[in-house]
Amino acid sequence: MPFSSILQFIVSGVTVGATYGLTALGFTMIYNTTGIINFAQGEFVMLGGMLAVFSMKWGGLPLPVAVPLSVLLVTAVGVGVDRLTIRPMRGRPTVSLVIVTIGVAILLRGGAMLLFGKDTHSLPPFSEGPAIPIGGAALLPQSIWVLGITLAVLVAMKLFFDRTITGKAMLACACDRKAASLMGINVDVMVTVSFAFSALVGALGGVILAPITLTAYDVGILLGLKGFAACILGGLGNPFGAVAGGLIIGVLESLGAGFLSSGYKDAIAFVILLALLFLRPSGLFGKASADRV
Amino acid sequence: MLRVKNLQVHYGMIHALRSVSVHVKEKEIVALIGGNGAGKTSLLTAVSGLIRTTSGEVALDGSDVTKEKADRIVRKGIAHVPEGRHVFKPLSVEDNLLLGAYHRFTWRTASVIRGEIERVYALFPVLGERRKQPAGTLSGGEQQMLVIGRALLSHPKVLLLDEPSMGLAPKVIREIFEHVARLRAERGMTILLVEQNARAALSIADRGYVLETGRVVLQGSSEELLANRDVQRAYLGRDAER
Repeated sequence: MPFSSILQFIVSGVTVGATYGLTALGFTMIYNTTGIINFAQGEFVMLGGMLAVFSMKWGGLPLPVAVPLSVLLVTAVGVGVDRLTIRPMRGRPTVSLVIVTIGVAILLRGGAMLLFGKDTHSLPPFSEGPAIPIGGAALLPQSIWVLGITLAVLVAMKLFFDRTITGKAMLACACDRKAASLMGINVDVMVTVSFAFSALVGALGGVILAPITLTAYDVGILLGLKGFAACILGGLGNPFGAVAGGLIIGVLESLGAGFLSSGYKDAIAFVILLALLFLRPSGLFGKASADRV
Repeated sequence: MLRVKNLQVHYGMIHALRSVSVHVKEKEIVALIGGNGAGKTSLLTAVSGLIRTTSGEVALDGSDVTKEKADRIVRKGIAHVPEGRHVFKPLSVEDNLLLGAYHRFTWRTASVIRGEIERVYALFPVLGERRKQPAGTLSGGEQQMLVIGRALLSHPKVLLLDEPSMGLAPKVIREIFEHVARLRAERGMTILLVEQNARAALSIADRGYVLETGRVVLQGSSEELLANRDVQRAYLGRDAER
């Protein structure tokens, strides 16, 4: 196999991996505030792509309007999910809340199917122009968008949790709600904000991925699970690890599809997930948690 | 300064507080003593807004805060150091202290708050040595100092301390109580202290209340309570016959 093909696999793997990373960042946001794994995260990604497609198709909006509109709408959906399903369950065990998010995922997926149908759709690329050749491989302009936005979101989120008091207050909500409210932190508001942010990040992933891979009502399942795998790989709660995990899975998947068979593509993420849960449950970059009681 | 009047609290069918009235004057240390399930913790959590009250009134400086939520009550000036310490384990010691000042943190107050954190380190030097460490790695006594420091950073008018001695070695308990006494002596802090360790609590308090099954059964100055035969028998572990 020529080197240029290998390079091509890596380039497209990094692109797809970056969107897994974005999905994983969405998981991280909610996990860091609530301790919940939000299994509707993939549906936020799906909705991002689908709403952009249909606001162009039905609303006749141009792409530069459709994309921010879709991201905004999905952010509102994220707020709605929190207010309608998570807040009424306040105080219940985390496991119950995780199961609620699975229900929300099924609801959103079903709703999207009824509203938009079962066809697959695509968005036009964000910027025109020929693919950029690098060492025999072709880098699509859209890939640069994907990588740039992922990097920007990563840096923003890292700074948010490390440097701002609001970010630290969100972390405090996840580790001890009671103590957080005694600090004057309005935990309900923080949880809503985390859902809004993570829906926003998910939708961004959805709209930037849609021009490269196709989108349909059911792409959220696989994207969500792979984003989750990326989170586990990088160590839950760590934004840097989430993106690194996404990139690793994306590249391995792409190489696997190239060298073995594209039929195994989706299996690779889950083989990694299982292997990791057995061997290193705290993730590649996660610290084993240690505390005294 | 803090006045609790006829407070009633129910947990489902359980009547945890039956018309309890207590008050704490400015710069006073008041101890609430009593056995397990007497309602001491219920009283503090009701005052700080963590649990709902059935009836009664909690007033701070004359203004009613009974129906406020916990995150509003801190802003009014009641800081609650809960039982079991509740540090934010994965966050650093410094971040824990910073979050104590959460409700008054803006870019303008940031440098003032940094200075106050340094003052907490001066008060508890061990916290300064471990400022970058995750709070969960501190010992029990250090965690207790951390949560007291964290509460001070909210600029409270009244400090509610729930079982600061819980699970600590006698030497550490003495140290913690010395710190509590110094908070009043040096900073003029007003403190409502809940303790199982009645002798230690009354030794630093001006007055005390004895709670039994959700009622105040006895109240008086610390000397009176320490000399009271019922208190001695029930809470100080001294045989009344001697």
